[in-house]
Amino acid sequence: MQFPESWLRALVNPPLSTAELCHLLTMAGLEVEETRPAAAEFSNVVVARVLSVEKHPDADKLKLCKVDTGEHGVLAIVCGAPNVAADMVVPCALVGARLPGIEIRKAKVRGIESSGMLCSARELGLSEDHGGLLPLPADAPIGRNVRDYLNLDDTLITLKLTPNRADCLSLSGIAREVAALTGAPLKHFAVEPVVPVHDEIRGVVLDVPAACPRYCGRIVRGVNARAATPDWMKQRIERCGIRSISALVDVTNYVMLELGQPLHAFDDAELSGAIHVRYPAPGEQLLLLNEQTVQPSADTAVIADEQGGARALALAGIMGGEHSGINDATTDLFLESAFFAPDAIAGKARALGFSSDASYRYERGVDFNLQRVAIERATRLILDICGGRPGPVVEAVAADDLPKRTPVRLRSARAAKVLGIVLAPAQIEALLTGLGLGCVRDPGNDGDFVVTPPSHRFDIAIEEDLIEELARLHGYDNIPAPPPKARMAMLPQTESRRSTADVRRMLAGRGFHEVVNFSFVEACWEADFCGNAAPITLANPIASQMGVMRSSLIGGLVGNLIANRSRQVERVRAFEIGRCFEADAAGTPVPGFNQPLRVAGLCSGTALPEQWGAPSRAVDFFDVKADIEALAAPVVLRFERVAHSALHPGRAATVVLEGRAIGVIGEIHPRWVQKYELAGLGGAPVVFELELEALLARALPAYREISRYPAVTRDIALVVGQEQAVQPLLDALKGRAADIVRSVELFDVYHGKGLPEGKKSLAFRIVMQDTQRTLSDGEVEATLAALVTTAQAGFAAELRK
Amino acid sequence: MDNLDQLVASALAEFAAVSEPARLEDVKARYLGKDGTLTALLKGLGKLPPEERKTAGAAINVAKGTVESALAARRDALRHAALESQLAAEALDVTLPGRAQSQGSIHPVMRTLDRIEQLFRSIGFEVADGPEIEADWHNFTALNTPENHPARSMHDTFYLLGPDGRVREDVLLRTHTSPVQIRTMLAHVEKHKHLEHMPEIRVICPGRVYRVDSDATHSPMFHQVEGLWVGEDVSFADLKGVVADFLRRFFESDDLKVRFRPSFFPFTEPSAEIDVAFMSGPLEGRWLEIAGCGMVHPNVLRFGGVDPEKYTGFAFGMGPDRLTMLRYGINDLRLFFDGDLRFLSQFQ
Repeated sequence: MQFPESWLRALVNPPLSTAELCHLLTMAGLEVEETRPAAAEFSNVVVARVLSVEKHPDADKLKLCKVDTGEHGVLAIVCGAPNVAADMVVPCALVGARLPGIEIRKAKVRGIESSGMLCSARELGLSEDHGGLLPLPADAPIGRNVRDYLNLDDTLITLKLTPNRADCLSLSGIAREVAALTGAPLKHFAVEPVVPVHDEIRGVVLDVPAACPRYCGRIVRGVNARAATPDWMKQRIERCGIRSISALVDVTNYVMLELGQPLHAFDDAELSGAIHVRYPAPGEQLLLLNEQTVQPSADTAVIADEQGGARALALAGIMGGEHSGINDATTDLFLESAFFAPDAIAGKARALGFSSDASYRYERGVDFNLQRVAIERATRLILDICGGRPGPVVEAVAADDLPKRTPVRLRSARAAKVLGIVLAPAQIEALLTGLGLGCVRDPGNDGDFVVTPPSHRFDIAIEEDLIEELARLHGYDNIPAPPPKARMAMLPQTESRRSTADVRRMLAGRGFHEVVNFSFVEACWEADFCGNAAPITLANPIASQMGVMRSSLIGGLVGNLIANRSRQVERVRAFEIGRCFEADAAGTPVPGFNQPLRVAGLCSGTALPEQWGAPSRAVDFFDVKADIEALAAPVVLRFERVAHSALHPGRAATVVLEGRAIGVIGEIHPRWVQKYELAGLGGAPVVFELELEALLARALPAYREISRYPAVTRDIALVVGQEQAVQPLLDALKGRAADIVRSVELFDVYHGKGLPEGKKSLAFRIVMQDTQRTLSDGEVEATLAALVTTAQAGFAAELRK
Repeated sequence: MDNLDQLVASALAEFAAVSEPARLEDVKARYLGKDGTLTALLKGLGKLPPEERKTAGAAINVAKGTVESALAARRDALRHAALESQLAAEALDVTLPGRAQSQGSIHPVMRTLDRIEQLFRSIGFEVADGPEIEADWHNFTALNTPENHPARSMHDTFYLLGPDGRVREDVLLRTHTSPVQIRTMLAHVEKHKHLEHMPEIRVICPGRVYRVDSDATHSPMFHQVEGLWVGEDVSFADLKGVVADFLRRFFESDDLKVRFRPSFFPFTEPSAEIDVAFMSGPLEGRWLEIAGCGMVHPNVLRFGGVDPEKYTGFAFGMGPDRLTMLRYGINDLRLFFDGDLRFLSQFQ
């Protein structure tokens, strides 16, 4: 809502500067979004009359003018404007004047002295109009400062109103608020009913009283639709950001801005029979004023007449129709001032793809007692400007369907509990009464009130609404901000769980950079990296490449790799912690969806940053495996070969934690490396993706006695088939080992020279120790022999000599 | 005796002349070894007349002592020299870079969320979490947002397609973290339903939220932190105290100006916008909108299973993306979701 400060001050004029007034409004919940001057800065420009115009002797397009500037004398001014003429009244910048961008000096123009400048609207910064001098009315006082005359020292204030404050969508509403906040008197202007001079009426039938419980209409005959809008009115509506169109339209807009009541003027000659407010017939269409043809939905009320049985004329409370609208030739008006219920209007204009000043107000709530006042006010203005002969007002009302204003109980004690400050009953009474709320003390309960909301407020239905009003009027600034008081209790500190932040820190400590990717991704990522042909699809994505919900974090990380490569960052270590989304009938807490939090990472480029002290090599599966093993420690993860649509079939594993699959690790499949051009300097990227929840569990450390006796270390090398996986062999060795075996670690894998084709050698280091005694050689040898036998029996292993 | 002095002088000279420890031992053997000259002199004492034997013996012993101590000194000197040269040979260029994996980084918004969590934990707030595909009921209805509220339109909210290709009306991408309020209250009430006095609810709920909006200052996905405190004696004054204190701690600025001005949200009443103004820096003196808050609307408490007569509460919703931008002077929201390592690596 934009309006000029001068209009507000004409209604209420508290002793506050512009800045103070704006602060007051903002702190009362009517946020001032912007203030700007009504006109650019300029000085020393006065109203002047052109006395005579002669041709410049040396220039075809220039003229020599004698100009009367009143007390500043008659000046000789050279002017190039095409429209300059004797007797014209125009703005004249005197010598010394400052205009936007220029300063006026006495100067010779083609040899002739010029003592000032006659100005166009653009030269004064008033508009872009540079077609000629700005003509002023013939009766403008000669010599008067143009800024004063045109009321240019005004400020345009734009309020960002919250949807509950429809009552402030008018100057009188804002003025009412300012009066309540400051105590400054509200200048009421009396709206006297216009006396009808004929008795012609048009009947009004409320076919849908719930949508339109009150409708006032009046015929005005013989208006001059070509009459000019008075400057004062034009200036006010234009400073509210509404274009002046014609006197009749301007009056309806003016009254809407002044009182908050949208009005509509029909060309009465186009109407036939009674006016109906009804729902559209199936398939009924309507051409609107904005030249859009619409087929209103069944629950969108229309204004109709009885032409041909029935004909829709306008979308009720939203926009008038093209055919029944007024134009320059209109002589007879039918004026509408109605109340449409907010629920009947809400969302209807938006559904048709536009918004109007009327629908904006109706869907938020227009004062349902305002219609008669507004139609009288508009009639008065029309008669004053356009002439005409008014008929009587027809008012159709469905009293039962008008909004109810149920009294609301307000307890001082409750207000104190909610706000944390005590307001005395007298103070409460004064604050609410000042706002025009009917406030009655409850004789039975001291400190309680019964408050009846006025018809212009649609946001007061419960006690809290009144408490909010109290806080607002008392001032949020005047409520203290003490440190909170509460009962202290220590929060749980679960040692057997690490936090998500811990996981983040561990990954960052291992060289990974955290990214946050969009949860909606390209459908092809889902297909390629998840084998998901039926992803969860957005109904209204902002772009097609953000059309489906991700079921894996891997696609986003691949996207990060591509983007960073394009920025010449070749070495990428990135991770993300975020939700993935899977359709799952058993999903919770929202049925139908599984929404696990996962952690995923991607590594590409060299294993270590380029450095002098370590050889350069590409990151590989086992580097990343070490990263996730560290993430899970002290729990030991296991890895089992897996087929996964994103990953190289020979270089991919399921990650198993305590018997449960918690994710995958692997190289990106060569097919996708090629398709997405991921090869870069060091081969395929390696990725992992794990359930976050599984990584958060962390066992408490369990103490084990440390032996005081010497440990014995023996190495054995076992030759097995090239295809033999290490894990089962290691499991078997550990499983069969005697109690004295402390650890069995693989420390070398060898194949090549010295071994038969298709064989490899696995070297294990076995550490043996007892907590009670020193081990004998015999025991050690027997234990080793048992391990070798296990390997021979289960894995066809041979001891390497 | 001249002979003895000469012998000593020549031994000392020879010791001084050698630089190899092994050579020194060879020289030592020639003087002090089994067949060494000084040893021979001592052995020869027995052949002297008894009256000379004593003086001669003393002189030889003095000479031997001189030679031995010179030997020890030379041995030390050679050892020292050897160590010196070893140390010199082993010297490193200590200015060479360390050998290591690179250092990663934590996303700046997560860094902010972590600080927010810690500050609120210090006054007893726990962290709660909720789904991002959310039920319409939790996102809107239970938050007192009526059926025809503009927020429900396709213009602001991402909806999903059902298997039949039609728009689903029962679920959406949550537009704010506020539905976690409802989930938290319902769970809390259920857990404590046997108690006459329900323990207070103090939670913050950080997370991702979604709105159909994308330009230089809006991202279709962004972050929010919801805060909720419900108890038997929680007031608007408490809300002001907690949030103002938080903002000053977060920005580590005691002179940060914080103001609360009336606003409107369907789920709080009274409602407020929170503005801050810095007293120094590039944004000095400008009021910046930073959060929305208010007393939890009685209808919302009821939807959460909480009796609004007995309990009151406040809630706030902040934008950690914006807090992060202000904190670190970041000028483009889109950087947060761009995965650019040149940006992210600045937050180690």
